[in-house]
Amino acid sequence: MDYFKLKRQKKARYNLSIYLMIVIAYAIVMFLSYQGKISSLLNGLLVPFCTYSILAVSLNLVVGISGELSLGHAGFMCVGAFTSAVFTRYMKFLGVEGLYLFIIAILIGAVTAGFAGLLIGIPVLRLKGDYLAIVTLAFGEIIKNIANAIYLGFDENGAHFSLKNTMALGLSDKGFVVIKGAQGITGTPHYSSFTAGVILLIIVVTIILNLVNSRTGRNIKALRDNLIAAESVGISATKYKLIAFTIASSMAGVAGVLYAHNLTTLTALPKNFGYNMSITILVFVVLGGMGRIRGSIIAAVVLTLLPEMLRGLSDFRMLIYSIVLIVVMIFTSAPAMKQYMEVLKNKFPIIKNLKAVTLKKFSKEGE
Amino acid sequence: MKENIMLSVKNLSIQFGGLHAVENFNLSIRENELYGLIGPNGAGKTTIFNLLTGVYKPTSGTIMLNGVNKINGKNTIEINKMGIARTFQNIRLFHKLTVHDNVKIALQNKYRYSTISGILRLPRYHRYEALMDEEAMALLKVFNLENDAMMKSANLPYGKQRKLEIARAIATNPKVLLLDEPAAGMNENETKELMNTIRLIRDKFNMTVLLIEHDMKLVKGICEELTVLNFGKVLAQGETNEVLKNKEVIKAYLGE
Amino acid sequence: MDFLTYFVNGLSLGSIYAIIALGYTMVYGIAKMLNFAHGDVLMIGSYITFVFMSQMGINPIISVLLAAICCTFIGVIIERIAYKPLRGANSLAVLITAIGVSYFLQNIALLIFGANTKSFKSIVTIPPLKLFGGQLIISSESIVTITLCIVIMLALTTFINKTKMGQAMLAVSEDRSASTLMGINVNGTIAMTFAIGSFLAAFAGVLLCSAYPTLTPTTGAMPGIKAFVAAVIGGIGSIPGAFIGGLILGVLENLSKAYISAQLSDAIVFSVLIIMLLVKPSGILGKSNIEKV
Repeated sequence: MDYFKLKRQKKARYNLSIYLMIVIAYAIVMFLSYQGKISSLLNGLLVPFCTYSILAVSLNLVVGISGELSLGHAGFMCVGAFTSAVFTRYMKFLGVEGLYLFIIAILIGAVTAGFAGLLIGIPVLRLKGDYLAIVTLAFGEIIKNIANAIYLGFDENGAHFSLKNTMALGLSDKGFVVIKGAQGITGTPHYSSFTAGVILLIIVVTIILNLVNSRTGRNIKALRDNLIAAESVGISATKYKLIAFTIASSMAGVAGVLYAHNLTTLTALPKNFGYNMSITILVFVVLGGMGRIRGSIIAAVVLTLLPEMLRGLSDFRMLIYSIVLIVVMIFTSAPAMKQYMEVLKNKFPIIKNLKAVTLKKFSKEGE
Repeated sequence: MKENIMLSVKNLSIQFGGLHAVENFNLSIRENELYGLIGPNGAGKTTIFNLLTGVYKPTSGTIMLNGVNKINGKNTIEINKMGIARTFQNIRLFHKLTVHDNVKIALQNKYRYSTISGILRLPRYHRYEALMDEEAMALLKVFNLENDAMMKSANLPYGKQRKLEIARAIATNPKVLLLDEPAAGMNENETKELMNTIRLIRDKFNMTVLLIEHDMKLVKGICEELTVLNFGKVLAQGETNEVLKNKEVIKAYLGE
Repeated sequence: MDFLTYFVNGLSLGSIYAIIALGYTMVYGIAKMLNFAHGDVLMIGSYITFVFMSQMGINPIISVLLAAICCTFIGVIIERIAYKPLRGANSLAVLITAIGVSYFLQNIALLIFGANTKSFKSIVTIPPLKLFGGQLIISSESIVTITLCIVIMLALTTFINKTKMGQAMLAVSEDRSASTLMGINVNGTIAMTFAIGSFLAAFAGVLLCSAYPTLTPTTGAMPGIKAFVAAVIGGIGSIPGAFIGGLILGVLENLSKAYISAQLSDAIVFSVLIIMLLVKPSGILGKSNIEKV
């Protein structure tokens, strides 16, 4: 069938463009760094590029593909960061270090964050979108608060846990405190690297692309487009929304692992795991185009790089983000704007060929 | 002729607040029959569809599919799996997806493979995707939609959207197909074509069809039996020609 | 007696939530959107009061009234610029826009007033009430807050039931397109709703900052979210529901802070929301809406 061939080619080309983009960017960075031409500023941003890209791509699965708004994405990142860092830090204390531990840490982060997503998702995904936004926001804040309040230590009797202080743990002499309340975890082994980040990003992108173009992904998109019709053809709303939410949470957890092992100290602050972070990721998704994986990555990298290069603008960064959110939403979603664009498009066919990041709405074909 | 009763409804009622939207509704449709449900606006026709598909839960009464499966109390998803599919009065397509994907989605219960097979692209994924592609395309052909397969469904003209909805419902392989005003918004030629298509799918897919329609030409043309509904109650029931001669029915339709 | 003290403080906090919740519930009922920025309008109102009162030395009552007028304008302008173009767009787009507005207000405040905490001087000057021979002290802020909340509730209920504008609001919340056909100015009604909500938010902000005298650009965020939770618990769209929901939430929060854990009180409040949404999604006094198929 010609159609299927055409369709597959189109899909394959799009997917290939994402991988090529990542690999070429990686090659350039590696080449420059081999030549010693990478500034220390840029060098410090390499892992964050990957972290934010993973976060943006995974949030896009919830917001763009599933059509639900989650404002607690940073909370799931926090879960992944802390659980994995507890593991690697304690292993370091025991004298065990090695890159294979990082792989185990990634699995731990993915599983715990995914489990947190599942727990939150089961009661909440039955509800309408606005409530989901509020509850995920609340959940994100609670996670951050709890991470700030926890004291966790290990000794020969096992794990000790407290919400008060280090003394209340009641550790023996051989014991070791891993999480020290608001001071977080110190001395996390530095396992993250640009190479590891790029590999993780490619894995995450592959999982999402394969998911989106499979039966599960189509069912998720069907629920987004019309819930009642989707149920009428036998698609369970709870099940498929939950799958999307859990997978996205678990990937946010992976981003958390990458984040935690790029720093020596891990603390839960508003700017890394709070509401601000969740909004920043949302800005990446919205600006990159809802449902657009490639756009999410580009937006994440560009918007991470820009404020660092324009230091003077850093005070205005969040203000600019907020204006961008409003303007992009009005331009892409306001009914009057859509009509206006339709008219423009007919007058100037060239617009049809424009492939600007947020112009995906104008493509005639479906996703 | 087969005389097997495919869908039987006994004493079905539903109340919204104090309002009896449907009261003591009875219906029995034979296998492979084309059955019409007509009545003035607000008579409760769509409500009956919603009861049959589990969107609303009846206050009382029973609905049996194929004489053995009780379907009231089940939810929409279970009912669809048991063999009832429907279209909607106000079209409900997956508007951002292609025409082809709209039908493919409805095949998801027939070709089940797990999320893991999808992500890891296991052999099952490739096998089933190919089968779904073929089958969806074949269905689109029945409705002359094959040339629009790659189009975003929201961009289809109205008449084709209605047809796509029917194709999507058939893709779930139902025993009973419920069509809610399939000819609404169609011109005379399109309606004629639609009548042929409905007959064709009944014969080709061996389906029982229950349809709500205001277009009397279509009703007279294809429905073998009719139920006339007024104010949530059955006004007349029986063979199409007989029912349409009924004085009560004429009164309800034309006024006094 | 301890219990009573916590309880009364809870009622006081709950009254503030109730006043904020009114803005959410009216906007949600009439414009069918979650105005995420409502809590931040409250914060802006508090800053304006702070500037008038503490920096310019204007009489507290006049400062509050001026702030309320400013907030009314801000509310209407936000609606006009950001929300009105999106009427009829999908709810996700509206919600993201509202988050953008919320963020915009927070960062504007950050740029103008800085991140440092401003200590807000209480506007209330009457003496506290001593009951049971001084065993139960009800702070003057609590007295004013609870009284004002009751007055606002009564006034608003009368407004909705007795005035033409109020009836128009009810009609628009019931069926927007039918209201248009009946000759109701839907845009005007929605703007009015934002005006009232924002006007009240300024009062809530001042009361909040009088009771908890710290003012930062994020002061409005958490109370805003909790007030929305209160509106949902009481039944979104219902004015007495906002009142009941607010009081329940305030009392619950204060009691769990006192008897369970200060750190977990937010978690408790939000789990009540989740339970409520699962048991009765329409809230205590809300109507359940069946989507028409």
